[in-house]
Amino acid sequence: MSAVVNGARAGGTPLLSVQDLRKYFPVTGGVLNRQLATVQAVDDVSFEVERGETLGIVGESGCGKSTTARLLLALITPDAGRIRYGGKEVGEGAGRIPLRELRRHAQMVFQDSYSSLNPRLTIEDTIAFGPIVHGTPRREARARARDILGKVGLDPNLFIRRYPHELSGGQRQRVNIARALAIQPDLLVLDEAVSALDKSVEAQVLNLLSDLKREFALTYLFISHDLNVVQYVSDRVLVMYLGKVVEVGPVDVMYREPQHPYTRALLSAMPSMDPDRRTEDAPLAGDPPSPINPPSGCRFHTRCPFAQAVCRDREPPLVADVAASGRSVACHLVTPGSGHPDAPAGPSA
Amino acid sequence: MSQATETSAAMVDAAQVAAQSRGYWKTVWLRLRGDKVTIACFVVLALIVLSAVLADWLAPADPYKTSMLKRLKPIGTEGFPLGTDELGRDMLSRLLHGGRLSLFMGIVPVVYALVIGGALGLVAGFLGGRVNMLIMRTIDVLYAFPSVLLAVAISGSLGAGVTNAIVSLTVVFVPPIARVTESVTTQVRSLDFVDAARASGAGTFTIIRVHVLSNVLGPVFIYATSLISVSIILAAGLSFLGLGTEPPHPEWGLMLNTLRQSIYVSPWVAALPGVMIFFTSLSFNLMSDGLRSAMDVRL
Repeated sequence: MSAVVNGARAGGTPLLSVQDLRKYFPVTGGVLNRQLATVQAVDDVSFEVERGETLGIVGESGCGKSTTARLLLALITPDAGRIRYGGKEVGEGAGRIPLRELRRHAQMVFQDSYSSLNPRLTIEDTIAFGPIVHGTPRREARARARDILGKVGLDPNLFIRRYPHELSGGQRQRVNIARALAIQPDLLVLDEAVSALDKSVEAQVLNLLSDLKREFALTYLFISHDLNVVQYVSDRVLVMYLGKVVEVGPVDVMYREPQHPYTRALLSAMPSMDPDRRTEDAPLAGDPPSPINPPSGCRFHTRCPFAQAVCRDREPPLVADVAASGRSVACHLVTPGSGHPDAPAGPSA
Repeated sequence: MSQATETSAAMVDAAQVAAQSRGYWKTVWLRLRGDKVTIACFVVLALIVLSAVLADWLAPADPYKTSMLKRLKPIGTEGFPLGTDELGRDMLSRLLHGGRLSLFMGIVPVVYALVIGGALGLVAGFLGGRVNMLIMRTIDVLYAFPSVLLAVAISGSLGAGVTNAIVSLTVVFVPPIARVTESVTTQVRSLDFVDAARASGAGTFTIIRVHVLSNVLGPVFIYATSLISVSIILAAGLSFLGLGTEPPHPEWGLMLNTLRQSIYVSPWVAALPGVMIFFTSLSFNLMSDGLRSAMDVRL
């Protein structure tokens, strides 16, 4: 799958480029821990993140969003695929960017603000840990911790010596952001970073994130299941379904005229503020199928109202939208010449 | 005026910090302070340890000096406040001196086992997978034997003596400590802050040192204190069977053994070493229970 297909703008190297990333988790059990099945958590996912943009990743629970995030920072090792950072492939060897180096440039904020802070360390030690690991002298790291804590809106004098259990959820998440920013990364992977917060606190943290992005020239990979939040923060949106990218494109295009039936269903599930425009029917019925032995062909065909024989048989590739709006869709229905009866006529057909 | 307000504001801030910024150990101490049983046990243990350490000065007589004339004097005899044993040695002096060996035999094997078992459990728990399997299944083999039997078997094959008794007791305590450490480590390892530390670029060793140890050490340490009482009893048992301390050294278990024959003549004196073992192990147990509940702070 080439870069162009992915809807990336031409010119310049993307900050992060992911190609055919794959992670299957074995399901073991029974006698002698035999492998019974595989969970296809992330299956041939490709995307790019431009410097300075915010790429939102949305999808239902279990669609592989968080696994993708963890794969990017090599917290789990991918089964296949390539990750390039600043044009260089991650790994050891000439012309490559070592993992340790990647972790200077990319940081992650986790969803659970509680378990992502060590309960035995003070806020100061937590934030200063990263810089110290990367060789910053202790005194300087502590000074930076104070500085960065102020930047995320917590008074260093009040909070620097506290322990995580003395903070509220919103404060803890601010500390998590401070911890991630302490080693001065370029890319911040926010894995459901605001999902566990109250709406008002969530809004505060989102505003903080957009301020920080401007101040430190950050690039965000924003993972969330909240479509409103994603619309608010993202420049581009990537929709995942059962470990696959189904659609990716600029946020306004995606939200105005979603193409993939799954994206359409997702967006129509967004509650409207206008009572006259209330969604009457449930846009999607049932739970997503299990990522263990996912459906053949297009993984969405079991729930898709437009499914045809071709959807069961062949997996739709992610192809650039004909309207050339910087968007790519993986659906036979909208791909010319795909064999779907309702597909638009292809250039050769 | 404004300066004064600022100063007072700063003072309020400082007071707030002092009041709110209670660390983990401070919280534990505050909870512990209200627990009278634990405090009492701690005091008893402190007294026992102190009396054992200062036995040379506290003991009224030489614990090795025998006297055929003054055998098996009852408690309260002139010059022998706790009576004499079957060889006419002063019981009080022997109990004080015996505390040294008994406590030594109680604490040292547990400390050794804490180092060995803790390291094994930490490695098994943190690395998981095949390493975990290899270490923990090996540990399980040792676990299959009853602890007394294992201690007796190892001591028996190595021969009598304090060193061999310590070796056998250490072997007995490595499996339970390794297992507890492994389970706590496995829990801690799956928490996000470990992933966050790894994402910060920290190596495995640094993560274990800074993030895992601080969370694992507490519960494992508490568990180890509860093993001290078991160790004292097992050591006493080994001595009783003639596999631990050799006479004429005073040790509570051995004293119990040698006084056994005199139990009909002088039952109260014969029971004294047992009373000491009882109080020491009970105190260790209750203290460890108290510590456990005090340290179980839901942070």
